[in-house]
Amino acid sequence: MKGSKSPRKRVAEHISSLPKSGIRDFFELVNTMEDVISLGIGEPDFITPWRIRENAVYSLEKGYTSYTSNLGLLSLRKEICKYLKSDFGLSYAPEKECIVTVGVSEALDLAIRAIINPGEEVIYNEPCYVSYPCEIKMAHGIPVPVKTREEHQFAIFPNDLRKAITPKTKLLMLNFPCNPTGAVLDDKTAAEIAEIAVENDLLVITDEIYSELSYEKHAPSIASYPGMKERTLFLHGFSKAFAMTGFRIGYACGPADLIDAMMKIHQYSMLCAPITAQKAAEEALKHGKKDMAKMREEYRERRNVIVKKLNEAGLKCLMPKGAFYVFPNITSTGLTSMEFATRLLREQKVAVVPGTAFGPSGEGYVRAAYAASMENIIEATEKISLFVKSLKQA
Amino acid sequence: MKQEILRILTEDAHISAARIAERLDTTEKKVEKVIKQLEKDNVIIGYKAIIDESILPENAVKAIIEVKVRPEREGGFDKLAKRLSKFPEVSSLYLMSGGYDLQVVVKGENLQDVASFVSSKLSTMDGVISTATHFLLKKYKESGKILHEEEVNERLKITP
Ligand SMILES: Cc1ncc(COP(=O)(O)O)c(C=O)c1O
Repeated sequence: MKGSKSPRKRVAEHISSLPKSGIRDFFELVNTMEDVISLGIGEPDFITPWRIRENAVYSLEKGYTSYTSNLGLLSLRKEICKYLKSDFGLSYAPEKECIVTVGVSEALDLAIRAIINPGEEVIYNEPCYVSYPCEIKMAHGIPVPVKTREEHQFAIFPNDLRKAITPKTKLLMLNFPCNPTGAVLDDKTAAEIAEIAVENDLLVITDEIYSELSYEKHAPSIASYPGMKERTLFLHGFSKAFAMTGFRIGYACGPADLIDAMMKIHQYSMLCAPITAQKAAEEALKHGKKDMAKMREEYRERRNVIVKKLNEAGLKCLMPKGAFYVFPNITSTGLTSMEFATRLLREQKVAVVPGTAFGPSGEGYVRAAYAASMENIIEATEKISLFVKSLKQA
Repeated sequence: MKQEILRILTEDAHISAARIAERLDTTEKKVEKVIKQLEKDNVIIGYKAIIDESILPENAVKAIIEVKVRPEREGGFDKLAKRLSKFPEVSSLYLMSGGYDLQVVVKGENLQDVASFVSSKLSTMDGVISTATHFLLKKYKESGKILHEEEVNERLKITP
């Protein structure tokens, strides 16, 4: 090579600076081990209800193999808007206030990219879904996590939110019921957060992918509070409630200008969500609610069991009100989250996810998913109990 | 709580009251009380294992028999149906709408057993106009349980 110029960096700066966290190594370790009982899976253990799968097959047989409108099949958007009206009390026009995406993942990406200029700040509750800070950075925004605390049942505390706001804050991202804490908002907190958003003229993305999986009374969607509809993008999908992770269908509903901006990105980068999956999603909304309710009741029972067993094992664990995760406090063991998860895996072959996978605020906790069979939950918690005992004796 | 307990028991009649209590976030005592009451009220009529019946010799052959009946002036179909239901060979008996009247499920050790029950007992009964016997060849689903192995798909062991 000629000259002293250092070789040009092949990967874009904002991508190479994305954290490649230690969690990857942990995941690799889990995947190389045999006979692990996993409470580490963030997706339903149910197979998609048969009637939904059957409708996907039928659509293939009928020859539905084309592109759809960029926004998604109008018939699906109509079903979505009907559902949001009847079950969430939210009204959106299917023609221009709703877009079908490839999972909530794509909806998040589109929404952030459509809103954020380089250097603008985005606030979100942490511990949070692993994608949030990275999605924000990929859009050249600045992630501003607000720590949620056990003493508030991991709901975002309005005063903490107030303190995080600066003149550069443009967007607030909320995820309740929350992955990984299972937290929901109560009405008073939701109302206060809505007020703060209006006062500070913030846009809001509410990721309500776990909304059907809530087991107790909780606040309505943040989008339904005064002054909120016009500033809120409501994100939802089929992965969790209908056990349809592999179908990759989500959607966003909100003000027409924001949906239109999202549509531009989607149109050039994705074109449309796959038609087979859209057909399946339509069936889920038309006829899948009973199946969904059945799965929810099953999750509720598993939740009751896992919370009781973990507390009996000596790990302090709140009763989460939503999603399918518990977030027990492991500080009494004297181990860090990563040490706890690694040793539990090596010594008892039980996989949980270290809380730090969900941001630094997750230190002192691990996430256990109860989207696992009752037998596995019982066996895994027995092993966790043995593990905690062995630590006390050491 | 009744509904939940019944649902759990129909899935697994073998489960203990303590386990049910854990699932429903209540106490064993309360669950026991509800179950006692359900038994007393005849909502729970009995507990029984779902087994592969072909294992038992007396159940090796199963037939569904459609029976057309001349109803009686007093009592309609009931008298004949009640009489029929007393035969141990009859494992279920339903009054049906449509092309025939009674559906009788009969079990026996072999073809002869079932055939002789039909020809000597069933078709000779007063009021029976005709019978059509269908032998069962293969079972795919029984009492809500799918009997063939479904493929298990590998999932990732851990995901965010
Ligand atoms: C909070 C949250 N948002 C979004 C997603 C992504 O969901 P989808 O399958 O719709 O892309 C997940 C999946 O785990 C999640 O937990």
